[in-house]
Amino acid sequence: MGGILVSMEGIEKTFPGVHALKDCRFELRAGEIHALVGENGAGKSTLMKILTGVYTKDAGRILYKGQEVEIPNPKAAQDLGIAIIHQELHLMPHLTVAQNIFIGREPRRGAGLFLHERQLNQQAQDLLEKMNLDLDPRARVGDLTVAKQQMVEIVRALSFQSEVLIMDEPTSMLTDTEIQELFRIIRELRGQGVGIVHISHRMEELKQISDRVTIMRDGRYIATVDTKAVTIDEIISMMVGKEIYETARTDQTASDEVMLEVRHLNRGRDIKNVSFQLHRGEILGFAGLVGAGRTEVARAIFGADPLDSGEIYVHGQRVEIRSPHDAVRHGIGYLSEDRRRYGLMPTLDVGTNIVAAALERFTGGAGWLQKGNIQETAQAQVLDLSIRTPSLEQRVRYLSGGNQQKVVMAKWLVRNCDILIFDEPTRGIDVGAKSEIYRLLNDLAQSGKGIIMISSELPEILRMSHRIIVMCEGEITGEMTAAEATQERILLYATKRESIARH
Amino acid sequence: MQPKSAAADIEITERASLFRSDATQKLLAFASLIVLFIGFSLASPNFARFSNIVGILLSTAVNGILAVGVSFVIVTGGIDLSVGTVMTLCSVMAGVVISFWKLPIPLGILAGLATGALCGCVNGACVAKLRLPPFIATLGMMMVSKGLSLVISGTKPIYFLETPTFRQIAMGTVFGIPYAVFIFFGAAVVASLILTRTIVGRYAFALGSNEEAARLSGINVDRWKIGIYTLEGLFVGLAGIVMASRLNSAQPALGQGYELEAIAAVVIGGTSLSGGEGSILGTIIGAFIMSVLTNGLRILSIPQEWQTVVIGVIVILAVYTDILRRQGR
Repeated sequence: MGGILVSMEGIEKTFPGVHALKDCRFELRAGEIHALVGENGAGKSTLMKILTGVYTKDAGRILYKGQEVEIPNPKAAQDLGIAIIHQELHLMPHLTVAQNIFIGREPRRGAGLFLHERQLNQQAQDLLEKMNLDLDPRARVGDLTVAKQQMVEIVRALSFQSEVLIMDEPTSMLTDTEIQELFRIIRELRGQGVGIVHISHRMEELKQISDRVTIMRDGRYIATVDTKAVTIDEIISMMVGKEIYETARTDQTASDEVMLEVRHLNRGRDIKNVSFQLHRGEILGFAGLVGAGRTEVARAIFGADPLDSGEIYVHGQRVEIRSPHDAVRHGIGYLSEDRRRYGLMPTLDVGTNIVAAALERFTGGAGWLQKGNIQETAQAQVLDLSIRTPSLEQRVRYLSGGNQQKVVMAKWLVRNCDILIFDEPTRGIDVGAKSEIYRLLNDLAQSGKGIIMISSELPEILRMSHRIIVMCEGEITGEMTAAEATQERILLYATKRESIARH
Repeated sequence: MQPKSAAADIEITERASLFRSDATQKLLAFASLIVLFIGFSLASPNFARFSNIVGILLSTAVNGILAVGVSFVIVTGGIDLSVGTVMTLCSVMAGVVISFWKLPIPLGILAGLATGALCGCVNGACVAKLRLPPFIATLGMMMVSKGLSLVISGTKPIYFLETPTFRQIAMGTVFGIPYAVFIFFGAAVVASLILTRTIVGRYAFALGSNEEAARLSGINVDRWKIGIYTLEGLFVGLAGIVMASRLNSAQPALGQGYELEAIAAVVIGGTSLSGGEGSILGTIIGAFIMSVLTNGLRILSIPQEWQTVVIGVIVILAVYTDILRRQGR
């Protein structure tokens, strides 16, 4: 390990309503692979976005090679030699490898009028050879595997003579062999003195690749340790912290009656052999990290995305669900996390939104809407769910997040759905309204509905669920009752790689 | 074709086959052109005559130049609905300079080209700076340019009666082939070079492929976008000059409808409306498919109304094959 390349101290960042970073520290040496870990929302990405000029810090200082620097924009970071590879690839699929690497810096000829394609390819070839990469500079990026595309991103980042390379979950889309190839390259770069920040959720990966680990929690710096000196369990307990958020529920309202059963659902890499049962009166929590495939499973059951294979049973009957229309017919409602986009018609009024999914029922002979009937039904829902709105005529977009969520719930209740899938039901909802949503979820379960609740907030999962299913990379990696569940256990399953779980 | 199952088990090895489908689209368009040509030749002895082929070439010229221009914009993932009426405005401006102001012909040509470039530049600025969707920005420009043509010309055609050489620009011939055809091919070659060999072309593809990635690569996206729309405008201006020369007049009421034919030619040629891919060669093949169809159907005495129906169906088929290809990946 070489000298200190980057040192961040006392970093503060506040977004409207969120104190994202509190007195954060981070240090990176030349020639080390430094893992940065923490739960969703711990502040890892925010911290790295400050280092790369995507966000500006509110307070604190950044030293680069001992000099204090300001990094007001991404260009400044690039000029210093700090490069980031984002989780989503930023490539132009229709262009070739070489064209992507040198986009914006193309060699020209003929008085600068024409591109010097041969020189472009040659320069790319040189870079690729220097990094020992087997890639054709002339290959179209869109034709490459995700892993190869990622290599293109790395080559591009390093073509700026970068000495700091930040990789935000670089392995999340790769297969095992591709990961090994990536690691080989990362190690090679380490040998050349590049400092590498590796953000990852995969615990066993840290052990394999990193020299040091920095742990963050709730926007705070927790610790930096030598990877060899700690166990995965120790890292996880530092990520989770010692606070006991909520106690698991002990009541048992769920019955043995199976309302929904899915068997062997598959779709590409997103959903792998997913099977589970949902009982009457049960809240079934789906835990996992962002991108674990939970939303994909929900959308597939709801018919919003096609499945490659798998069987769905509603009340013991095999059903074919090819579209949301089919799903609703079988009494399945899906409440997306993006309510404004998928759950509501924001420019229409509360009453219309509440009856929107069941409008046929409120239609008379010639297609006339039965206004009185709609009013009555909507009013009843407003009272039942205590939706706070000045009137039924209020446009939904003027309601608060919590009340919007209730309108979506009312919509599915009016449609007589008895299987409800909630995707991040309290996202973007303030604390007060949250507990009200929780109360409503419990009421619904008690009244005999079956509820699937997808949540990335562990305290919420622990507090609400009768049973918890944990997913990781499209697979169910663990299942437990509320009594057995702990944050540590859930995190362990949620970060488990397919290779460990299966082979 | 089973795009669904193909998408399901995309594996590393299968990705290579995507190349094939790209080539397929271009081959398909070219093969259709050949089949049409042979078909019409067999159906009517008049079709393959030299004079008729020259007629086809000549009638492709204006639409072809327009289509070549609009290809640039479509490659960036944009669209331009104003090319037809802007073309007319360019004709009118050339007419004003040459016939009203009695200035030399080259100045008239310059006025036409400059008008096209200016309209393109405004379109580009509306899209890049004001963040208007290209559809809306150019729809507005379509109406503005149409109105301006009528206002400036006093709603009457402007004739080039005192300057007989103007007509020679498009209608002079070498070996019996009108200059308009050479201008068309020349414009196509230049456009093809720009699209494949210069930085403008490279950034056009980059913008259409992934604009955000282009922006994050440090490319001044707004400036290049405006530049590309302006470049397109130059081609539209050229089409306007050829059009005026061919008719020996600037017809202010013409123009609307040409934009859709140009876009249709681009689409038939395999350029994707979602941007990032396309070629000038494809656009030219597309333009020829349309004029061969129109010409052939007319020779077979099929009424013009039915010709429109057939071309409409062709456009739908062309876009549908594009979608099938897309699902395959």
